[in-house]
Amino acid sequence: MTAEAAAEPLNFPFKEAAHQRESALFGMWIFLATEVLFFGGMFTAYTVYRYSHWQAFQEAARHQEWYLGCLNTLVLLTSGFTMALAVECARRGNRGWLLGLLTITWVLGAAFLGIEGYEYHSKFGEHLVPGSGFHFDGTDPGGSELFFVLYFTMTGMHMFHMFVGLMLILFFGVWTRFSPRETAMPNRFEVLGLYWAFVDIVWLFLYPLFYLVHPR
Amino acid sequence: MTLPPDPKSISTVNYLNEEKTVASWFFTHDHKRIALLYLASITFFFLLGGVAAMLMRIELIHPRGELFTSTTYNKLFTLHGVIMVWFFLIPSIPNVLGNFLIPMMIGARDMAFPRLNLISWYVFMLGGLFAVFAILVGGVDTGWTFYTPYSSTYSNSWVIAMAVGIFINGFSSIFTGLNFIVTVHKLRAPGMTWFRLPLFVWTLYSTSLIFVLATPVLAITLTLVALERGFGIGIFDPRIGGDPLLFQHLFWFYSHPAVYIMVLPAMGVISELIAAFARNRVFGYNFVVYASLGIAFLGFLVWGHHMFVSGQSVYAGMIFSLLSFFVAIPSAIKVFNWTATLYKGSITFDTPLLYALGFIALFTIGGMTGLMLASLAVDVHVTATYFVVAHFHYIMVGGAVMAYLGGIHYWFPKITGRMYPETLARWAAIILFIGFNLTFFPMFILGYMGMPRRYHVYPEEFQMLNFISTIGTPVLGIGYLLPLIYLGWASFFGRLAGPNPWNATGLEWQTPSPPPKENFAEIPVVTTEPYAYHLLPEAAGIHQETHDR
Ligand SMILES: [Cu+2]
Repeated sequence: MTAEAAAEPLNFPFKEAAHQRESALFGMWIFLATEVLFFGGMFTAYTVYRYSHWQAFQEAARHQEWYLGCLNTLVLLTSGFTMALAVECARRGNRGWLLGLLTITWVLGAAFLGIEGYEYHSKFGEHLVPGSGFHFDGTDPGGSELFFVLYFTMTGMHMFHMFVGLMLILFFGVWTRFSPRETAMPNRFEVLGLYWAFVDIVWLFLYPLFYLVHPR
Repeated sequence: MTLPPDPKSISTVNYLNEEKTVASWFFTHDHKRIALLYLASITFFFLLGGVAAMLMRIELIHPRGELFTSTTYNKLFTLHGVIMVWFFLIPSIPNVLGNFLIPMMIGARDMAFPRLNLISWYVFMLGGLFAVFAILVGGVDTGWTFYTPYSSTYSNSWVIAMAVGIFINGFSSIFTGLNFIVTVHKLRAPGMTWFRLPLFVWTLYSTSLIFVLATPVLAITLTLVALERGFGIGIFDPRIGGDPLLFQHLFWFYSHPAVYIMVLPAMGVISELIAAFARNRVFGYNFVVYASLGIAFLGFLVWGHHMFVSGQSVYAGMIFSLLSFFVAIPSAIKVFNWTATLYKGSITFDTPLLYALGFIALFTIGGMTGLMLASLAVDVHVTATYFVVAHFHYIMVGGAVMAYLGGIHYWFPKITGRMYPETLARWAAIILFIGFNLTFFPMFILGYMGMPRRYHVYPEEFQMLNFISTIGTPVLGIGYLLPLIYLGWASFFGRLAGPNPWNATGLEWQTPSPPPKENFAEIPVVTTEPYAYHLLPEAAGIHQETHDR
């Protein structure tokens, strides 16, 4: 590995690399604050309905495949680890390792989406998808439907963010692979790494709320 | 010794004439050009929303409402509300004046992310396209508030298209806010400390915090409504135990702070205008700064005052009422500080100051009636009446639009390099003030007497006041159209302004008019407080005079 940091071309109006890097990272943090509030609206809805329909939520959560949730957590956190390593390699200007780690991250992210997609699919068979086809035997079927409404919207929004992340990894990765530049451009990978970490963290909240809320 | 450049010569190469192709405008990264793109777009939306308002006022001349069907009337007030709030008021001062001025005021060559700035305009236009599409194919009849379950279940109109438009529009706000925050943090010129920032920058900084923290909540709320409508996954649906009131909580968590998105930048403009035309330091600068941040913060804690009669708990109502009263404190600090700045200033009654004085008068009326509405008992009486309509139009139109126009006049010489016709402009400001009060003051009385908002059929005894209000509309309309005409004319034919026609402080006035593409030939070094009018050479005599007295 080359020891010195990778060079980043300067964009107007910046005149110093450190200044530009700080500003780019700061901008991403502000954007993540926006994202927190975006998911916050849904977490608020979850809190309200969990409070008013707690029994229905417990009954509904029994129909969740807890082991798939655990597996997905494992997959996603591993991808977070490889992404963090990729960012470090980008900063050190090690293009080979960067591309390798990005590929692993991408595959893990895609695996996550695959597992989640399988779960969605099986929900159709069990009539647990909200809407006219929804059927649930329980004390408060409406409340349980709300649980699945929240499950689909919140994990759906999370998957959408994953999808955007995968597209960015693909785009930046391919761009780096074919760019004539000697080294990678570290700022964009640092920003992307922040985004990916955020997506991981959102899942760390979704996982207990949808898979672990019912007493065994 | 070299002579200073002739102040009357229009700066040779500037941001307007450096490149002349159409593409150089649509792909520009220059914050000043992007400001002008926004100016053109929001002027279009303002006219669109204004036409809807005119049609509503014409309809209301007659108590039986014979011009439009009820559905058409519902669509008109929805169109008016949606367009004016999201496509005119929210972007008005931030995206036009803020975009143009923030980098210049802090001594930077551009925003931190110039490309993102341009993207925000395209995103804005895409949102506008959806909104216009929703209007053209049939309109929306829910009101700008989209209350569930009407919007999610019962309305037979183009709610989803409109919601998508507003959702997209929100991202334009978020990008703008993000860019402003990073720019203010990272691109201040040497010596431009936080407490040397012009108050306009401070208010836009506060506004940006709201952009970034409140807008996403609106985005997710409208997404949930659209999902419920489109796919029948009813999160607010009472049939499966969902709570339509949750929508109101989420909606107002955004939409009350949105009021401050509209009025905080206006307050910033007023601080600049008052200082420049009273030729005085802003009284209690630090207090005004903290008041801006305080308003932004408190704005997040008062949303429940829109829901006093919704059935929320009495205790929640009492707390929201109290917190709403607290907002009056920073607001009053600002009004008192402006008054104190005017006191013993050497005042010239140029057009921008007329707008500023109009703002103070109308904002004070709007604010005081806001306190009435924040009182639980009074609110029960006037909820959903014209009293509320009058109140927020005093803040939004009397306040925000007055300040916007005042700011446009004040910075017009900087933006175009030319002066507007002063006498005509003063008359326009006065006509606007008269027309505004004629249109909206009767609504306070109407509302207090019990006329509900959003109805076009009303009892006969309300006709006189409605008639007066409608008479005011063309006067108000003239007050808006006049500036549009003479400013348009003066952009090309006005007399040359020179770099600093008001002899004002502030870095934006240290550049030629219109400024060159990258604003400053050399990044300035700031050594004084922002409103150092007492240090200007002209001030020496005045200062001496007051001392002798
Ligand atoms: Cu409010």
